[in-house]
Amino acid sequence: MMNRATTLFGVLLLLAMPLSLLAGRVWIDAATPNATLILMDLRLPRAMLAVTIGAGLGAAGAAMQGYLRNPLADPGLFGIAPGAALGAVVSLHLGLASGLLLPAFALIGAGGAMALLALIAGRSAGIALFTLAGMMIASLAGALTSLTISLAPNAFAMSEIVTWLMGALTDRSWADVQIALPPTLAGIVVLLFAGKGLDALTLGEVAARSLGMQPMRLRWLLIVGTGLTVGSGVAVAGIIGFVGLIVPHLVRPLTDGRPSQLLLPSALAGAVLILVADMACRILPLVTELRLGIALSLIGAPFFLWLLLGMRKEMA
Amino acid sequence: MITGGTPERSCKGRSLGQAGLLLAQDLTIGNRLRNVSADLVPGKISAICGPNGAGKSTLLSALAGLREPDHGKVLIDGMPLAGIASNERARRIGYLPQTGEVAWNLSVRHLVALGRLPHGDAGENAVSAALEATHLTEMAERPVSTLSGGERARALLARVFATDPQWLLADEPLAALDFYHQHEVLAALRAAAGLGRGVVLVLHDLALAMNHADRVLVLDRGRLVADGPPEEALSAGTILQVWRMPARWMGDEGRRALSVG
Repeated sequence: MMNRATTLFGVLLLLAMPLSLLAGRVWIDAATPNATLILMDLRLPRAMLAVTIGAGLGAAGAAMQGYLRNPLADPGLFGIAPGAALGAVVSLHLGLASGLLLPAFALIGAGGAMALLALIAGRSAGIALFTLAGMMIASLAGALTSLTISLAPNAFAMSEIVTWLMGALTDRSWADVQIALPPTLAGIVVLLFAGKGLDALTLGEVAARSLGMQPMRLRWLLIVGTGLTVGSGVAVAGIIGFVGLIVPHLVRPLTDGRPSQLLLPSALAGAVLILVADMACRILPLVTELRLGIALSLIGAPFFLWLLLGMRKEMA
Repeated sequence: MITGGTPERSCKGRSLGQAGLLLAQDLTIGNRLRNVSADLVPGKISAICGPNGAGKSTLLSALAGLREPDHGKVLIDGMPLAGIASNERARRIGYLPQTGEVAWNLSVRHLVALGRLPHGDAGENAVSAALEATHLTEMAERPVSTLSGGERARALLARVFATDPQWLLADEPLAALDFYHQHEVLAALRAAAGLGRGVVLVLHDLALAMNHADRVLVLDRGRLVADGPPEEALSAGTILQVWRMPARWMGDEGRRALSVG
């Protein structure tokens, strides 16, 4: 499991971590008043959360791309992230978003999407049909989210929901870390167990089965792994797009190409990316702090375009 | 080149008559395969021939344990294939599908090493032997995307060799290859059969089946209509009946060419 890419992104993470603790609206040095308080209660939980969510999205993205044998796959495809977002939006709509209620609602939403996927998993034979079913769940959850927004009682409530959906790590506490960290770690471990099956899938579904890959077992590992990582990530930070798509791409050329070798370095690279992006959001001299979700999409969309253009060239 | 693989090594406690055999018993799968029975023996190259839609690939994937028959069963060494754990089955039966899909741009060595997944080890000796047998040792570190069609087909075959299976089942392994590479791959398969492995191939090219197989099974609309040495199973009469083409064999045995019309 240890490879060059794992070492590289591990080192980058170790370098980025202290920097992200010191950087921000207030640069921390020895003379800063309340330095310990800022570090321990604001910066550290926020950095921990960035690392957790980035690692979860990176690993889930790498696993999804391996599972679908497609470099354009994204962990949102299965509908788990939209399901979690729907749960959160409902809690905001009902005014039940205080404290741990919002993440709890989001986790219920993610769980609902996972349950639907599990129901479908036993019935649809191939990967393509299963994925289409997951995309339908995503699209249903998206439609219900829009419906909930349109039913918002007033403009303030609506803006609250929309802002939450944009994804951010502002004002997060240790409680959020406690919600996201254990399921994300568990989810990454589950995804690592899928590695061998994903390697076999390199040769297509039938050849993979002939190599002993068990389709149902692999599907369950994917549902549970992405559910735990992505679901808990959305629950505490909202929708953060593109990380699951970009990170495996950046990492793949640094590995030998086998999906199993991509999982761990993608987790580390995702952690670095969100950590650095969140740091940039804090430092940029804007009137109000740039939302992390927006920042990442601003990087992500042009990257995606560049990718598509590159693929066209390859095909031509 | 490849070590082990003799059928006798793993037949303790099973009925002696079926040791080493791959048996299809009265297989029926939808409309594609109807009541097909065959006893395939190791150490030989068996070819499955037939027109498009005759059920060749269906039979091969059922023999590989990848398709559940509606009726009948497949036995390996006298044991029902369906009752064998997937990894154990994968160690015994190597299967090469028709689609040469390789989703990621691995090196040839890593591609071939995927054949070790059922064993859960790196199997460096087996991988080297498989590369050697397919004449790929020198391009082992090259990315798959840089290979020609023939090299790629050989790399995919090497992946099956690397598993070191008792049985080697391949669906149209020669279809994408030019004349020269067809014979190179056939030589590698013949060598595998010489080591005691069972080789079962789906072949479209009747002349290749005629000249290189020890036994030919002819399928027509899901039914087994001929089964025997190629000279018998691929007689002009069978070809007329199954392919609806008048044809006759020319040349000497082992170097036959099919003249149509």
